[in-house]
This record gives sequence, C-alpha cells and structure tokens, in this order.
Amino acid sequence: MSKKLRVATTSLAGCFGCHMSLLDIDERLFTLLEYIEFDRSPLTDIKHCGPCDIGLVEGGICNAENVHVLREFRKNCKILVAVGACAVTGGLPAQRNHLDLADCLQEVYLTEISLVNGGIPNDPELPLPLDKVHPLHEVVKVDYFLPGCPPSADMIWKFLTDLLAGRTPSFGPELIRYD
Amino acid sequence: MSETFQLDGEDVPFAPAQTVLQAALAAGRYIPHLCYHPEFKPHGSCRVCTVQANGRTQAACTLPAAAGLEVESASEEMNALRRTLVQMLFAEGNHFCPSCEKSGNCVLQALGSDLGVLTAGFRHFYPDRPVDASHPDILLDFNRCILCELCVRASCEVDGKCVFALSGRGLDKHLIVNAASGKLVDTDIALFDKAMEVCPVGVILKKRVGFAVPIGQRRYDQRPISAQALDDAPRVSAASGECAACEGSGAVSALALTEPASSFGEETP
Repeated sequence: MSKKLRVATTSLAGCFGCHMSLLDIDERLFTLLEYIEFDRSPLTDIKHCGPCDIGLVEGGICNAENVHVLREFRKNCKILVAVGACAVTGGLPAQRNHLDLADCLQEVYLTEISLVNGGIPNDPELPLPLDKVHPLHEVVKVDYFLPGCPPSADMIWKFLTDLLAGRTPSFGPELIRYD
Repeated sequence: MSETFQLDGEDVPFAPAQTVLQAALAAGRYIPHLCYHPEFKPHGSCRVCTVQANGRTQAACTLPAAAGLEVESASEEMNALRRTLVQMLFAEGNHFCPSCEKSGNCVLQALGSDLGVLTAGFRHFYPDRPVDASHPDILLDFNRCILCELCVRASCEVDGKCVFALSGRGLDKHLIVNAASGKLVDTDIALFDKAMEVCPVGVILKKRVGFAVPIGQRRYDQRPISAQALDDAPRVSAASGECAACEGSGAVSALALTEPASSFGEETP
C-alpha cells in the first residue's frame, strides 16, 4: 500500500470501553499500524480531526460538545463508523431518557445527601447536557455500525481488515453481539 | 404418498391442516419466526416468518400448506424484509441488551444476530413504561415487550388464569396485568406457570436469579437460532438427512404421538 489510511477516533458519551476493545486486537496493532496512521484520537495528541479516511466514534450524543465533535468528524471522515451499543442505540446512558434532566442534575449536585454546599455547575466552559441521549445516526449520516458493548476485538479487526482490503465489511452471527 | 409443497425449490411433505411454517419445521427446514410457538396456535403478529407465495408476501405461520404451493423463504429478498421487521422491534422498545438479564437467551436478539442486523436504523422510540416490581418473586419490564401475546395465550389457555392482556390501540398498544389495581402482586400468577417461561424477550423475569449463566454458556451463545429452532419443533425423524440439529436432540419423536406417522414416512429427496 503506497499511502497509509488516516484514522480518527473519539469517545463521545462513551466509557472508553470500545477503545479498549480496539486495543484488544493486541499484537495485531503492529500489523495495523503498517496500513494506517492515527489522526485525532484519545491515543494521540492531535486536538482536531483533519481530513481522514475512517472515523471511529464510540458513545452516544449526550451534550452540546458531543454534537460539535461528531459534526467535525462527519465533515472530515470519508467513512464514519458508529462503534458500540452507545453509538448505535444510545446504549445504557439512554436509560436516562425517561427521567427529567433537571431532576437528574438536582439529585446529583443539590439534594444528594453527602453534598455540602452543592450547586449545579453553570460555568459556560461546560457543555450543556441534552435533554435526551441519542444514537449517532439521529444527528449525522453513519456509514457503518458495529454493535456490541463493546464489539469484540475480533469484530473490530474483521471490520478494519475488510475495509483495508477494499471489501464491504461483513460479519457472521458469531461476531454480531449486542451485549 | 403424502402431499407436498415446494419450499425454496424442494419438496416438503405436510399433514392436513398444517401451516407452511409447521410443515417446514416438521421437515427440518427452518423459517425464521418470533411469535410462533409450537405449543400454541399461530398468532401472526411479528411477521418475521413472511415468505413469498401465491405471488405475494404472507406469513408462513398462518398460510395453510397446500399441494403444489411454491414458497420462497431463504432468499436475500425475504431476509431483507425480516431484517427490517427486527429493526422496527428494536427501535420500538428499550432493548438495552448490555444490561438485560435475558441477553444470550433472547429470541429477538438471536434473530437479530442471525439475520445480520447491525443497527435499528430508525429513530428510537425510548418508551417510558414503569416496571412492575410489585410481586415478591416476579419482575415485569414492559419496555421490552414485542406484543407477541405468548404470555397472554399461555396464561389463559394453559394456566387458566388470564393474568396478562394487551390494551390500547396502534402505537399505544401495550401489555397490561389483569387485576383491578393493574399490579402483578394482585394476580394469582405463580413461578411455575406456563406464562413464566414463554416470553421470548426480557419482559417476564424471576427476581433474584439474574445473570446466573456464564457468558459463553447461554442458549444462543452456543449455536445460532437457525440451528436451534428445529430442536423445539415437533417432528418424527431426520429422514431427510439434511438436518444436523436433529442429532442428539430429545425432541425428535414429540409429534409422533399426535400426528399420523404416515404423513412423514416418505423420504425427502
């Protein structure tokens, strides 16, 4: 391969578990690095996503900054991938969707019994939470979905090697898990 | 010679009054299905068993088998339709598999993975139906209900209790508990009722026994549902030789007691 593919990754309303599952491909990472180089990622020091071939996004959309980052990824990545249950369905964080956001914040920052001088954070530096958690495809177009909480290292490996070889990624039932 | 119909170009024998789905399963041929259960009458709500026959798509679970009928089931076109149906069910409920006790033992989930469903695709509904934890031993999470009515049928027809019912119309249709209070604790449901075991998803759960089976040993960790559904299907023998699932299965002769063996005696080519 003449030129390495550029891959950006990020975690939005995620737990970083999908990134850990990516690292779970273990020594195959060395093979992978012969074919790709990382752009913005929690694994690099690059602050903003530049033009990329592949963007891997874990986590759903739970606040304004998530929307901003996701749109930056969509703008710059030829192929945008929703990685993990959160990015695909909203995931377990979306279990807050039937609760009132103000009640949640009050419970955690004001009325929680162990708090002294509590207060809901209001610095403009902090991104405002959205009233609901959303999967990625409700905000931008998503090209591929990798379900699983997290997707197995084998699924991520199969996906990347299929893509690198120019094949349409495909998975047998043994790789498709939602839990 | 028993009568046959054609399923994906191959002869499938059938007994009088059998549906296409029943005859196919009896012959060791899998058609994906969700609300159908061999011990109950066909329901026709999930539509996952949809096949092409008589020039249109229809549910195999309610389509009577007829001599010479040509049925198309295992095509990419039919599986694409099924995939969309499963996606609609996923989008409609709160199917957070990572924290569901039924994960690995769930028919909806197993169908999704077998059909290659990677995303619900649609906008998620995120329904907000409070759980019913009133009963000391049983928990109900209505947000996972797919309205197959198996618990309704089991409770009325087998248990004779009619603990469950469906209420409401259209998108508001939902499972309810038949008690003046609407609470499960005010019914006479018991842990060993048939209604407790038929739920294909994670709505009806026993309390305090969650996550007992290690990952890797749960039912659909072992083999895809397409290989296992045949274990549950009552039929006489694996005469066709194409049914690997039959070997070692104890369910082989279940139907021999109720159906005339001659209907199935012919060797399938």
